Amino acid sequence: MDERSPDPPTRRLVLFTAAGLGLAPFAPPAAATPAAMDEAIRMLVGKATVKRGRVKLELPPIVENGNTVPLTVTVDSPMSETDHVTGIHVFNEKNPQPYVAAFDLGPRAGKAVVSTRIRLADSQQVVAIARLSDGSFWSDSADVIVTLAACAEG
Amino acid sequence: MARVLINLPARAKRGEIIEIKTLIAHPMETGYRLGPTGAAIPRDIINRFLCTYNGEEVFRAALFPAIAANPFITFFTVATESGEIVFSWTDDHGETQTEVRQITVE
Repeated sequence: MDERSPDPPTRRLVLFTAAGLGLAPFAPPAAATPAAMDEAIRMLVGKATVKRGRVKLELPPIVENGNTVPLTVTVDSPMSETDHVTGIHVFNEKNPQPYVAAFDLGPRAGKAVVSTRIRLADSQQVVAIARLSDGSFWSDSADVIVTLAACAEG
Repeated sequence: MARVLINLPARAKRGEIIEIKTLIAHPMETGYRLGPTGAAIPRDIINRFLCTYNGEEVFRAALFPAIAANPFITFFTVATESGEIVFSWTDDHGETQTEVRQITVE
């Protein structure tokens, strides 16, 4: 066989191409990683250390539908003028973007409790971080198993 | 105008902590989904929510595509005086929808 002739498509190339074409409509263009989440958290907290505790992140441990997952963040704080929560930030590991939501509150809230509904593209860890008026950061995390991922049928 | 549901007590005692539930009808298109032609459907989400109580900001949220369609947000505030509680949602096109609710504080 003449080695200089252009290679016909190999069996492997054909298979890869077929797999690529088949999968492309479902592959997300970008995906956050645990590293991207850590970076996003670092952007928020700067050089401060994030302590565990005072924050309670409530998510169902197993979710059937990742398109709407109830989430509640509760922060243990008196919410007085001198000691209150100024922000609650929610992050995830495996959605296309690491940020989920950021809530700004203050002493007028009375209670540092926020609920919403989020999307989860995969089984993953979700992290909530609270910033307090004294500049400290507190966090909690929750692992969620998702049966039907958000965006899958898109 | 999108349909909005807001749940808060019409009357409250002074200093009482009241719960406010809000929901607005919106697809919250993430920008990551692909349409029938294979092209990405452009992102269209509500990215800001603001609540003011007699002109003073009491709650604000920055929303990302990871928020489910028809964003539902629950939070608390202290009933300080009678007046107006104003809610506003702003989408990617910069359009804002505003809703006003009255509260009577005794």
